Amino acid sequence: MEVTQVLLSAQAADSTVRKHAEETLNQFQEQNLPGFLLSLTGELASDEKPVESRKLAGLILKNALDAKEQHRKYEFVQRWLSLDVAVKSQIKACLLQILSSPVPDARSTASQVIAKVAGIELPKKQWPELIGSLLTNINQVPPHVKQATLETLGYMCEEVVPEVVDQDQVNKILTAVVQGMNANEGNNEVRLAATQALYNALAFAQANFSNDMERNYVMRVVCEASLSPEVKIRQAAFECLVSIGSIYYEKLASYIQDIFNITSKAVREDVEPVALQAIEFWSSICDEEIDILDEYGGDFTADSEVPCYYFVKQALPALVPMLLETLLKQEEDQDQDESAWNLAMAGGTCLGLVARTVGDDIVPFVMPFIEENITKPDWRQREAATYAFGSILEGPSPDKLMPIVNVALNFMLTALTKDPSSHVKDTTAWTLGRIFEFLHGSMVETPIITPANCQQIITVLLQSMEDAPNVAEKACGAIYFLAQGYEDVNSSSPLTPYFQAIVQSLLIVTHREDAGESRLRTAAYETLNEVVRCSTGETTHLILELVQVIMRELHKSLEAQKLSSDEREKQNELQGLLCGCLQVIIQKLGASDGTKFAFLQYADQIMNLFLRVFASRSATVHEEAMLAIGALAYTTGPDFTKYMPEFYKYLEMGLQNFGEYQVCAVTVGVMGDICRALEDKILPYCDGIMTQLLKDLSSNQLHRSVKPPIFSCFGDIALAIGENFEKYLMYVMPMLQSAAELSAHTSGADDEMIEYTNLLRNGILEAYSGILQGFKNSPKTQLLIPFAPHILQFLDIIYMEKDMDDVVMKTAIGVLGDLADTLGSNAGSLIQQSQSGKEFLNECLSSDDHLIKESAEWAKLAITRTVEGFGIGVNQVDTLHKGCQLGGVHVHVNSRKMLKFDATLDYDYAGPNQKHDSRGRRGGNGGKNP
Amino acid sequence: MASHDIRRPFKRPAISDQQRRRDISLQRQAQNRRDAQHQARCLASTILSLQPAQYEPAEPDHQLQLELEPELQSEIESDVQRQDLRGIDDVRQASRLKGAEARRWFAKQLMLPEWMIDVPERLNTDWYVFARPAGKRCFVVSSNGTTISRLRNGSMLHRFPSALPNGARTSNNSNSGQSYCILDCIFHEPDQTYYVIDVVCWAGMSLYECTTEFRFFWLNSKLVETGACNAPSTYHKFRFSTVPIYNCDHEGLNVAYTGPVPYVKDGLLFCNKHAHYQSGNTPLMLVWKDENCSQYVIDTDGKGQVPNQQQVVLELLFDGKLATSDDPPVIFGCLSGDFIKKTGLQAGNLLRFAISEGGLSFVGWKIRESGFALPRQTQPCSTFC
Repeated sequence: MEVTQVLLSAQAADSTVRKHAEETLNQFQEQNLPGFLLSLTGELASDEKPVESRKLAGLILKNALDAKEQHRKYEFVQRWLSLDVAVKSQIKACLLQILSSPVPDARSTASQVIAKVAGIELPKKQWPELIGSLLTNINQVPPHVKQATLETLGYMCEEVVPEVVDQDQVNKILTAVVQGMNANEGNNEVRLAATQALYNALAFAQANFSNDMERNYVMRVVCEASLSPEVKIRQAAFECLVSIGSIYYEKLASYIQDIFNITSKAVREDVEPVALQAIEFWSSICDEEIDILDEYGGDFTADSEVPCYYFVKQALPALVPMLLETLLKQEEDQDQDESAWNLAMAGGTCLGLVARTVGDDIVPFVMPFIEENITKPDWRQREAATYAFGSILEGPSPDKLMPIVNVALNFMLTALTKDPSSHVKDTTAWTLGRIFEFLHGSMVETPIITPANCQQIITVLLQSMEDAPNVAEKACGAIYFLAQGYEDVNSSSPLTPYFQAIVQSLLIVTHREDAGESRLRTAAYETLNEVVRCSTGETTHLILELVQVIMRELHKSLEAQKLSSDEREKQNELQGLLCGCLQVIIQKLGASDGTKFAFLQYADQIMNLFLRVFASRSATVHEEAMLAIGALAYTTGPDFTKYMPEFYKYLEMGLQNFGEYQVCAVTVGVMGDICRALEDKILPYCDGIMTQLLKDLSSNQLHRSVKPPIFSCFGDIALAIGENFEKYLMYVMPMLQSAAELSAHTSGADDEMIEYTNLLRNGILEAYSGILQGFKNSPKTQLLIPFAPHILQFLDIIYMEKDMDDVVMKTAIGVLGDLADTLGSNAGSLIQQSQSGKEFLNECLSSDDHLIKESAEWAKLAITRTVEGFGIGVNQVDTLHKGCQLGGVHVHVNSRKMLKFDATLDYDYAGPNQKHDSRGRRGGNGGKNP
Repeated sequence: MASHDIRRPFKRPAISDQQRRRDISLQRQAQNRRDAQHQARCLASTILSLQPAQYEPAEPDHQLQLELEPELQSEIESDVQRQDLRGIDDVRQASRLKGAEARRWFAKQLMLPEWMIDVPERLNTDWYVFARPAGKRCFVVSSNGTTISRLRNGSMLHRFPSALPNGARTSNNSNSGQSYCILDCIFHEPDQTYYVIDVVCWAGMSLYECTTEFRFFWLNSKLVETGACNAPSTYHKFRFSTVPIYNCDHEGLNVAYTGPVPYVKDGLLFCNKHAHYQSGNTPLMLVWKDENCSQYVIDTDGKGQVPNQQQVVLELLFDGKLATSDDPPVIFGCLSGDFIKKTGLQAGNLLRFAISEGGLSFVGWKIRESGFALPRQTQPCSTFC
């Protein structure tokens, strides 16, 4: 086959030609993968071929090795590993040769492919000679080869975790990279590639950064590079500094003065991309210190792993003025442009972080700036002053801020109505929102909003909702936080007299012609939701009217026909917002018996509307409707049965929605609501639902986060249908058992994996709990007896792993009680023999978490009833408190033979290593590898 | 590198309301699941032992109704409209009962002692003993932010706030609505204290099926924790107290019998360590009285005077036999048909007899359940058949 031609055709303007070429390529790949990969590599390697076909060949190669979706990525990795060794060697050798090609695009593409192969092979201890051969490249050859090799090293460091590379090789890589960065490296391309490679290699340099000499050297080279005449090199050097600030905070003390000088010069004098990175350095340092201080938790005698050097506090006198200057560099249209990011924005964001880091100390440094600029004729100065004020509202104590805010409030309200600049109004409304967010609510002693100023505040904000969309959106946000501050008031809310006016204004906003701009419509509905959530009984009658209004809106939107695709998208968005609003209202009215019955008269109509919403194809809308239906089921209780015949198909659809896994997750949650509402009336639907849930669990396409809730859902179903769950036991129990085995141990897992494991454990335990309780008092209880040893063993193991979170602990100890409660004496002897039952129970009984304690006390009761020999006198209350006598005999319970029906729980691939990934590259996908 | 992506979006609220709705839904679902689970756990654990005593439909007695006081009459009327109390097999439901229904339910739930007429086997190992406080025996129920005490006949004694779980509406009451307590108490007038002698439910958990040993342990460890034993305050109107409990060995008996207690003693109560809580009379709970440990060793009339003769109340059966209200009933004697005809007595009536040298003498009768008695002339009858 003439690959070149096909590759060129695949980029043709004519879509028929293109499609045909794509099909040909697909066929080739399916019929002969090794041949396909070899010929693509050959294409990329051949300097005689056109650049376009070479680039595409490389891209297809790269995409054959990696994918975004976890399950496909896994598939590709396995596929590569199972290729013939000779084929792989040939491809790899060829790729390495391309690094010497005179064509830059070919080199760059090859270096990315090499990194992908390394990402697969290095963890498996394959391709051991790779790093060696790359390093030989560096020492001998022309600049372009050096450049390509450094680039490859950078990409490689991005793909693999530090653990898979020996320290010896790390040393050599770093030496090569730092040499390439050195000021006496004459070639800028080489120097840039080296600087960018260092950015990725920093995470590998733990040992080197612990060595003073090596660290000093690296730091010197980075600082020198930050002064390079080349913008790109300077930017890359600052990116390295940001990353060093995050990864090696504790090593920075001796460099921080120099770094301050470099960054502040860059912020004031350099071009924007470089200046933004210089500000970012200080934002990262704030992040670090906020984290460290959080960990101290105010207890400064405690040993934190990382000491806090208070760099930010020490730098305040110079740092704050530098940041304040940036605030004056606004862009004219930044309030309209959602993706805008400029010096003023970065500076304000950093100022906010500084305030959170140092608290009260920032106030005296900022106040003079505000006072000087807030009344100036130039809008930039007034806006900057207001923005500075808004930025520092989170961090300092209410005591410190309160006097200032009380003075500023009136000024702000006037500015919001009278200031001629829309920018100033925008920032003023935002600042009011921040005031209400951080300084208004039950936690603040002296309220900012008083009977005297409440009316004025609301009047001004409602008036601002008629202003330009960006200003109106901020005014909605201010009302949102204003309402939220009253969420704890019990019977009477100061907002009650204004409730009707606020709701009315918000509804008017949703109908504005320009409500699509600046997220205005969304903000208005979100605010409406919060106002409803935080309302009290005094306004119930108005909420009952609001239901009808929102229902009418939804009806109207569903009636609209013959829409353009753009209009349809807008309509979907609106329907999502309306469903969200109805969900909030249902939950509010359903919460008390009085309002519930008043609301239920609309239940049929609302359900009818929700069912029609499912005709739309938008996932977000489905999710919102599903959430609202969950709230409705909870409110209607057993009456929900009548909606099931029609609703069932959408339920099934939701459970099948692997692609938009949020919809699937929400549907699983709603299944729980429906089980609790319908109880045994759900039985006729259970076969279908269980089949779907079991399929979901076995699928490797479904996002793993949905799987724990599915286990919990088994528990909900079992609790609802009781012994009728019998027929599902043969499928569910083996799945629970194999999942339990997978989630038993976490050794070597990172935090994210431990968190997932705990979610999984909780789901499994909730399933056991529901099944055990469901079968209680049934003659079929004995069906569960064979599973008891495994459940106890699972409890033993996770107890001994000592990495349960509180939620799992609470559920786990409950399951111990459920075993005793349901199985009675059948479980008694097993519990007595359980290795850790006694210790575990005691630990839970003395827990500070009241949910754990409550569960444990219940478990203790249940066990006491079952386990004989609870012979302890009342006069020995204390000893008794230390534990019921569960015995301490270690009996090894043999793992039961499993049916081969395993759930796929995505344990084999945990995604990129977060330790390596998290700090240096916060953007996640913000890496350089295209 | 697009590091500002991770920064809080410029001038935008931090939280997406959609995410918030999702989170709130998840929280609600988790809470509902917890509640459902909790309910399942509490429900069935009470079902086995808590079948309420068979409720006999009231037999309307036309002759007597004329003489009933208005309050009693309304009670009987509501009987007719009442729900079938047999459906209430769950203490949790019972804790929510109100008015006459609550009265009726609770009237049947107290565990009542038998007289100690011989020494049980293994007294010294299997039994507890304590000095019984003199006062009104009652159930104390805390639920839904209030506490109610009910006397043996089910009528309400006090409604008050207490520090028991869910016993008062205080802001720091973190207990869920399902949390409630049922305590078996004696209200001791002189120091206005509820002495807790047993616990039936604690914080939503039924202890019916637990042994005395466990219930006493639980009570001792939990009651103090709640602050219910503290001096009265705004949200805690009456003090609660436990009573000192002893093993029935020589020393324990001696202390219970002669030792000082902060309350007026009314006999000794003996409780079998392995017994479950059980409504009605039980041989696993025994009472002993003599003049050393009780003021009320012999019957007193309404004015507290000791009558000339001790009295006993027996139930008239269909065939004229007289039975105690023990379970199973003990036949004590019988009345002649003539006497029954003459007095208009009916089966089911409770009759009061004086115990005299020669046997029992009829002193009066009462209508079952109403606590309503009429004095009648004394009539000799044949006893000890």
